[in-house]
Order: sequence, then structure tokens, then C-alpha cells
Amino acid sequence: MSEKVLEIRWHGRGGQGAKTAALMLAETVAQMGKYVQGFPEYGPERMGAPILAFNRISDEPIHIHSNVINPDIVIVLDATLLGEKVTAGVPEDGIYIVNTTKTPQEVRKKLNIKGGKIFTVDANQISLDTIGRVIPNTPLMGAFVKATGLMPYDEFIKNVKGELEKKFKTKPEVIAGNIKAIERAYQEVKGE
Amino acid sequence: MKNKVALTGNEAVAQAMRQINPDVVAAYPITPSTEVVQMFSSFVANGKVDTEFVTVESEHSAMSATMGASAAGARAMTCTSSQGLAYMFEVVYIAASMRLPIVFPVANRALSGPINIHCDHSDAMGIKQAGVIQLFSENAQEAYDNMIQAIRIAEHPDVQLPVSVNYDGFITSHALDVLEILDDETVKNFIGVYKPREALLNVNEPVSMGSFDMYDYYFEHKYQQVAAMEAAKRVIEEVGKEYAKISGRNYGLVDAYKLDDADMAVVVMNSAAGSSKGVCDELRAKGLKVGVLKPRAFRPFPHEAIADALKGVKAVAVLDRAETFSTLGGPMFADVRNSLYDLKNDIKVVNYVYGLGGRDLRLEDVEQIYSDLDDIIKTGKVDNFVRYLGLRE
Amino acid sequence: MTPSDKNLSQCCSSKCISPDMNWKELTKAGNIYTPGNASTYETGDWRTIRPVWDEERCIHCLICWRYCPDASIISTGGKFDSFDYKHCKGCGICANVCPAHAIEMISEDEIEKQKEAQKDEE
Repeated sequence: MSEKVLEIRWHGRGGQGAKTAALMLAETVAQMGKYVQGFPEYGPERMGAPILAFNRISDEPIHIHSNVINPDIVIVLDATLLGEKVTAGVPEDGIYIVNTTKTPQEVRKKLNIKGGKIFTVDANQISLDTIGRVIPNTPLMGAFVKATGLMPYDEFIKNVKGELEKKFKTKPEVIAGNIKAIERAYQEVKGE
Repeated sequence: MKNKVALTGNEAVAQAMRQINPDVVAAYPITPSTEVVQMFSSFVANGKVDTEFVTVESEHSAMSATMGASAAGARAMTCTSSQGLAYMFEVVYIAASMRLPIVFPVANRALSGPINIHCDHSDAMGIKQAGVIQLFSENAQEAYDNMIQAIRIAEHPDVQLPVSVNYDGFITSHALDVLEILDDETVKNFIGVYKPREALLNVNEPVSMGSFDMYDYYFEHKYQQVAAMEAAKRVIEEVGKEYAKISGRNYGLVDAYKLDDADMAVVVMNSAAGSSKGVCDELRAKGLKVGVLKPRAFRPFPHEAIADALKGVKAVAVLDRAETFSTLGGPMFADVRNSLYDLKNDIKVVNYVYGLGGRDLRLEDVEQIYSDLDDIIKTGKVDNFVRYLGLRE
Repeated sequence: MTPSDKNLSQCCSSKCISPDMNWKELTKAGNIYTPGNASTYETGDWRTIRPVWDEERCIHCLICWRYCPDASIISTGGKFDSFDYKHCKGCGICANVCPAHAIEMISEDEIEKQKEAQKDEE
């Protein structure tokens, strides 16, 4: 699409929080004065079924309302989803951020691609350590900030904290756990 | 004054309802507009609004209770989608004929069957002849803005008709979008205090409403509704101009996008208009003379404005997100083609039924439409003027 | 002035609306602004038989007054006074309930004949 609009596609499974992450990323980025969209591909909503979610980020108002077909960035919440659907429509210089214990080189082999930049992070372990259960969506946001350099880390954390405080007013431990998860993913994400 | 926020379409509409602070809301939840009712009921529970919230057992009752409240003299609202609107159907006619200024958002969703919860406009098109003003919204911003303006349009003395504010189910209702919302005080001042011209609860000036009408009156009363619809065209523009002063955003009957020198135009409502504008920009960059016309009001149908906006083009594609089963294309196609007939300009008009049951309108699809229009202009021929975009044939 | 304003200003007259008014003149949505306007609708011409009062038999119990579905028995000072023939539909309930047989239902044809006979005599 247009040069100015950054498009993101999230691959996850029902229940992993891909939609929540897309909306939260959108809210966070919106705080920074950008125009954003965050929406899932609405299908049958079943726990475990493969789902997609999308973001658009731009400095200008965004007109387009169709699904994202050619994402600049692909975020994969579940390594078992790595396959043709993940690489579909992604340009040569696309960025992949994958929740996996594999290395970027191993992911590249699995995806069978030559171009693109691949980042990996073990968001499952991080969320287990920090939040207490496997919920890989927030750590992947940390990996996203590191991998893309799209926004200053401190500002991002401040805004995420604000968003989490809105949602979990009565559960400060949830906020702290999520922030910790983002911090760790930001540090632990591996590139090639 | 202005506040830029990231909200879903449903959140934006619920915020508008909170700021409108209606006297009565009676509603029954249905996907994809459920969240509006849910969020609004939390505003009621938390004392953010003064509204009497009536939990009813169906949409038929929702509109009936809203109608009763409106006739009693309250500023009353409801909200629905799809089957809910279909279930309201007969009451919507009565609300319109009783000239009750009820504003109700509709998150557009396909009608069953086959059962489907996703976006198309078959619900809204079901009530296009009910006598309700229908505004359509490209995104969350327009849904919010239309809600605020709808109050003024509905309650205008020359109009006094229900207004439905349509926005695409899921695509707009559930997607997070950035928009500007006005502060509460500005909205309050813009919509003003509701002073009904007659009210069942006004014992000093008693009135009977909804009386039986025989053939000696019914026809005249129906024509009064036609006259109110005619007046609504003027009022929608007036309110739009006034709203521009407080919001900086302009609203008219139609949104003509890059049409001034265009050879080809796509006519489309709601979120697909945004996607079409995106494609239009790309093709313009390549030097193609293309434009987009987005009717904001579908009822009343702004045929004068549409004929004016399209008078210079050579070929038009009308995109309908609903089927009529007339075998003559979608509902807007009939109206647009009809509007252009008297121009005698030999404008080629084709219809694309698209996106039924929530099928994504891809940018390539819109590009294909413009390419088809280009062929039509070059050859001067239209083989098949009703087309089904992306249908597997 | 809108139709409803017009109606509000005229609503005290006996007729707000009539079938010779155009759509602009009629009240909005057929709203009726005059309470108790049923009295302007004269149902007396629906009648084919009419109640006739026998003053000598009447005991002024006013059972007829209570039973009349059209409020067409007029009483004054607690006594039977007359029938409201503008609204009486001639249902005959009053005659049926009268314990003194003081009300007789006579066909309107008969009444007409009697009236014409009177005229001829004059």
C-alpha cells in the first residue's frame, strides 16, 4: 500500500491474545500522536484456531479498511504456525518477529525465504516467568519495539503502562508482570 | 477543545451516546452492536448519564419502548444490528409515521440466512423505505460525528423523523481507529435541551398520537413524511455546516472525492469508501482521472447532489453491499442510475455487488473496477452491467 | 406555521381536521390535539330504531342512564330528561333494561311517517 502506511500482520491462535495485542499496540501508538488501526480478521472465534490480526500505522489519516495483504512486519505468536501463510504477501525487506525457542536462522530455514529480517524471542517462557502463565502477546510488543526501532522505548513503556492501568486498575501485579515481560523481551530478542 | 483518542467504532458511538445523555434508552444486545449497549449500560450504572435504561426482551420491544418514551416527550434512543433491525421492522415504520425523532445506531451486519454475523448492508437496506433517515459512516470518526448531528437533524421542526446512523459491523465497529471527540460541554451545547413540540405526558396540552387513519387521511399523512424527507436534505446540510464550526470537519449529503476532473467514479458507502479513496489516490498518482463519491445520506437519497457530482464523468461503478434479488442489481445502483437518467449524458453506469457476509473488499478489487471502467470508456460498450465482485464463478 | 402549530391554534374549535384539508393543513402524523373530541363525531345517523320515552310510566330510576354505552341519556336534577339523538345509535339497551317499560324502540321509518302526517295536518 502507500509508502507512508506501515502495515503489520499478527499470526496467532484463538486465546493467545493476538487481537488484544493488535488493539493495545494501536492504542499505545495512538498515544504518540500517530494514526493507527487495529483489528482482527473476524472469523469463527475458537480457542486454538489460527487467527489473524492487523495494524496500520501512519502519520497521516488512514482511509483503507481492507485486511492487510502485504504486511511490512509479521508477528507470529505461535511457532507452530510458521509456514506459507506467514510469508504470504510479505515484501523482500519484510520483518518477521517470531515467538519461538528456535534461532532466527532456524526460522529462516523453516519459512524457506531468502530475504527479510528475522527476529526471535521465547515469549512463552518470558510470560510464564513474569506473568505466571503462557500469554505471549505483551512480550512480543517489547520484541516489536526493539526489532523495528519504530518508537523510543521509554515512551513506549510509559504509554503501555498507561493502557494497562486503564484495564487492570485493581490488579497492580498484572501491570507489573506485563511491563516486566515487555522489558525482558526487549532485551532478549535475537536478530540475525 | 478537541481530544484525539484511539477508540473502536462501537466505543466511539457509545461515547457519543454518553455525551448526548438521552432520557431513555431501550435496547437489546446483538452482534456486532452489543458493545454499544453494554458500554452504555455501564455509563448508566456508574451514574455517568441520567438515562432511564430499559432492558427489554427483544428488538421489537426495544423500538416499541423507545417509541413510547419518545412519544411521551423523552429524547429516546436504541441501537441494533441485522436480525435485530429486521425484528424491529414494523415498529420502525410506526416510529417514522408518528414522526418521532429517535436516533439509533446500526452496526451493519448481513441478514440471515445463511446465518452470518459479518458486515454487509442488507439490514439497513431492509428499512430503506420505512421513512427513516439513514446516515452512513466511513469510519469511527464519522460514526461519532453522525451520532451527534443526528440528534439535531431528527429533532429539527421541519424534519421530526427517526435517524439511523450506520457504520460497518466489525470493520468499523470493532476496529481501533484514531478519532477526535468533542468535549462533553460542546456536545451538550450543540444538541441543546430537547423540547418536544408535543408530548403525551404534557397534561396541559393533551394530544393523541398514532390514531387510526382511513383512506381519507392516510395518503396525506404519508406525503407529510415525504415532505419531511425533502426538508431533511436541507437540514442535514445546515447541521453539517454548523457542526463544522465546532469540529473542523465538514459534512454534507455526499462526499465527492477528487471528482472535479474525473472520467471514472466509484460510488460507495461506509468503510469501503475509505479503501476506494486509497486506491483512487494511487491511480491519481499514475495520472488516471479517477474519483470516489460517497453518499453520506442514503435516505433521503441526495439525487440532486449525486447528479451534480457525477455530471462530468464518463463511467460510474456503483458498489452495493446488499442484494435486492430484482436481478437488476443492488439498491443503490437503482437509485444512482435513476438520478443520472435525466442528465442525458450517456454516462455508463455499472453495478458491483461486493463484500456480502463480510467478505473483505481488497484493494485489487477496487483497482479492477477502475480498470473495467477504463475499458468501458475505451470501447463504449457495457456487456454486463450487474457484476458480482470476487464471486467464484 | 407548521401544520401542528396551526392545529394547536385551532384545536379549540369543534373540528380540527376534515377530509377536505390538504397535507399541509392536516396535523402532523394525524396527531389529535383536542381532548374529548368524540362528541364532535355524531353517531346518531347510524340509528334505524330510536328510543321513545313514556313519561307516565317512567319512575326515574336512571338505570337506562347507567347502561347507555353512548352516554346518550340526559338527566337533570337526578331525573330522566331526554335522549341525545345526535349520538344515540339506537342499540335498544335502555329499553331492554327499563323495569317500568317506559322506553319503546320505534323504527325511524315510523317516526318519519308520523312527522310527515303531522306536517300534512298543519
